[in-house]
Formats: sequence, structure tokens, C-alpha cells
Amino acid sequence: MQKITREQLIEKAVSLLADGTVSCVLGWSKGEFDYDVTPALFNNEEELKANFVFNDFCGVNFSKYLISKTNKCDGKILVFLKPCDTYSFNQLLTEHRFDREKVYAVGIPCEGMADIAKVKQICGDGISSIAFDGEKMAVTTLYDDAPVMISTADVLAERCVNCKSKKHVAFDELMGDEGEVIDSNRFDEVEKLEAMTPDERFAFWQNELSRCIRCNACRDVCPACTCEKCVFDNPNSGVENKSPANSFEEKMFHIIRAFHVAGRCTDCGECSRVCPQNIPLHLLNRKFIKDMNEFYGEYQAGAEVGLRAPLVDYTLTDIEPGEVFDRGDSDA
Amino acid sequence: MQVNEYKPLIVAFCCNWCSYAGADLAGNNRLNYPAEVKIIRVPCSCRVNPMFVLRAFQRGADGVIICGCHPGDCHYTSGNYYTRRRMAALFSMLDYLGIEKERTRVEWVSAAEGAKFAATMNDFVEKVTALGENKRLEDLRCKK
Repeated sequence: MQKITREQLIEKAVSLLADGTVSCVLGWSKGEFDYDVTPALFNNEEELKANFVFNDFCGVNFSKYLISKTNKCDGKILVFLKPCDTYSFNQLLTEHRFDREKVYAVGIPCEGMADIAKVKQICGDGISSIAFDGEKMAVTTLYDDAPVMISTADVLAERCVNCKSKKHVAFDELMGDEGEVIDSNRFDEVEKLEAMTPDERFAFWQNELSRCIRCNACRDVCPACTCEKCVFDNPNSGVENKSPANSFEEKMFHIIRAFHVAGRCTDCGECSRVCPQNIPLHLLNRKFIKDMNEFYGEYQAGAEVGLRAPLVDYTLTDIEPGEVFDRGDSDA
Repeated sequence: MQVNEYKPLIVAFCCNWCSYAGADLAGNNRLNYPAEVKIIRVPCSCRVNPMFVLRAFQRGADGVIICGCHPGDCHYTSGNYYTRRRMAALFSMLDYLGIEKERTRVEWVSAAEGAKFAATMNDFVEKVTALGENKRLEDLRCKK
């Protein structure tokens, strides 16, 4: 259940379109099903009223879309940003990936988004419609007559369970109340893995990563992965086009993917959200974040514009690569 | 005499200005280090992309060692400081994925340290030999 409604957002968008502040709106549009909400560009009130949606499945982080969409809109573009999206917004500004002058950012509160995989665990496949009714959502499936009532709190996406911030770090205008940065337990699962023996860890990742079908969705959605040309599009890279298999190849892909965004990853969790195989990719990103916090001091990518990421910086007294293993590992 | 004695394949990335010269000095001084160490010369240790390390493993290396100038002595002023941060992150990640940590190493070897180069390589090869073949990281399709 979100604090802000679809009608309030449309009203805001229409008024900003009417007074000429913005010329188009980047928002969530109806998908084929009630849960596959798609990002879209809206140009006028009619389009907004017909297709704009805002519900518990609007997890899409719009920051990356600004790179391509700011070129398509003549005037300013209105974008709705949830608190975690604003970190990616700042990070992209730090990297000069889009023109801040062409964007009108409206911060909206977020109460956590639902994970459709968790919904399906409760009510099974064949979801025909999802209606939102107060605190609950009514999920109708093809196989049941009566809808199943599910509370959003029970099906929160992993990244929202461990929400790191309800505070917007970038906006032109704020709707609703400003929240706080949360002291979350987001590294708990990483610590759990670290406490395992190397054999257990290897088995865990072998099990997870061997499901990878190399659809590249994690790369395509990632707001930190914004290269025009990607090493993984190179047919000679040796890591493209594969079937699920137990080989080192997919580990290589995922290590490199996580490494490319290390220090720039804001931990928005989009990679895990889009993964069709439900691989917990955020655990790789969080490992890098946790390591860098421990080695080089606390750092939150995107907290401010212009921050210098740990991997493009150094001090004379950094930890030696050999020492990283002697930090009280259970197997050390 | 054992016939099929296991010999690991070690890839050593050596920076042109310090470690490669250090390896040269080790040779000039007739110091012994195992022939399994294959040296790849790079302009600076920070030329070593994490992909190089993974690619070496994928293609069947049993251990990868990166040698560069001592911190503060980099020919390009600061290259090895970046190596230090990058490889710390990468090695920690490999450990996180359950790869034996003895298979990777970064060592600072200056051009005057021929003895250190030989000692480092002897020690590294010994450790990797003890670990045995690299099964977790190799890719069967890359096998010749």
C-alpha cells in the first residue's frame, strides 16, 4: 500500500504539463498484466489518464531511462523518483550521463514494492488480475474463484525489506513527507555467506549462478551500467550466448558485471528484481559495497553529486590484497 | 621416480619497470625458480584488468600472481595504488565465491629484488601445487 495515489501523481503531472514546466512525463504504464508495469513516456493528460499506473509493482528505477529520454523530449522531462532511485539519479549526474537542466524531478514516498515472485509463491501461477484494496491486494488466479488477499508487507521485495533510505537525496519538488536514512541490515546475508566454508560458498554460488541464461537483463536495467559499448556484446569475449550450465563462464560474467559497477553501485536492487531466474545478484554487489566500506571507509554511491568512488581513489596506506583474507574469516 | 607428477600452471603479470627487471635479475644471478611460472609483461601492474585474471583461470591457469613496483615507486606515480585497491576487491570477491585464496596473490618486487622474485615464485608454486589442479575456475570448453 503506497501513501501516494495514482490520482495525486496524475494531478501533479497534469498541472506541471499545463503550466509548461515540463513537456513530457516519464512514468509507469500499464503492462500486459497488472504486475508487469512498464516505463513509458507520456505527453498529455489523455495518455496519463488512460495508461498511467502507480501501485505496489512500480519498482522500476527511472534514473537510467533519463539518459536516453532527455534527448527525445524538447523541453523538461518530469520524472517521479522513489528515495532509492534518487541515489542512482545522483550517481548518473556525477558521471555526467544526462543533463540536469532537462529534468524536473519529483520525489515521491515509497512504502516498499512487492515482489511478484513472492506473490506467486503464495497463490501460484496463472494470475489473471490484481486489485488493490487498502492495505491488501486481491489476487485472482485462473484456478480459483475467490481472490486471494495478500498484504504487501508479506511479499515485499528483498531490497525493500532491507530498505536503506526513505530520504530523497535529489529532487526539485517533494510530494509527501521526507523520510530518514535507515540503518538497515542489508549486509546480514552477505555475512551469513562469509561465515560459510569456501566449499559451501562455492556450492551456493554454483547452484545460483548455473541458472543464469545470460539474458543480460541485469546489465540492461542497471543504472550504473551505462556504457554505450559493452564488453559482453563482443562476440569474441567468450562469455556471450549460453545455455544454463555448470561452468566458470557465468561466474566470470557475474564477477565482472559486479566489478564494473563496484564503487558506483547504489544498491538499488534492480538487478535482482529483473532476473528471470531469481538469482540473488544483489549479494554480489553488496559484497563489494561491504568490502569497500570496511577497507576504505563508509561510502554510499550517489549520496551526493561529485563523490569520488573508492576504486578511482587511493591512499598511501591502503590494505594489501593479501591482508583482506585475515580479517577474522571463519576459515582463516 | 613419479611419472605423472603434477605441475601447476602459474601466470605471473609483471610490470615492465620493476618486477620484470626483478625477474631478469633473478635469471642473471642464476637463482632457481620453477619453469611453470609463465611471465606476462605489462606496462604497469594497474594494466591488469580483473578480466585478465579470470580469463587466465578460465583457460586453465592454477594460480595468478601480479607483481608490481613497491607502493610509492610506480613508474607512473600511482598505478600500483589502484592495483592494490582493485585486486583487494577482486580477491575478496573470489574468496566469497569459494575460490581458494592461495591461488591469487599480489606481490611488490623491485628491480633490485631478484632474490625476492625467485623466493616469491618458489613459495607461490609450492602453495598452488599443494592445492592441486584448479577445478573450480576452469572452463572445459577452453581446454585444448
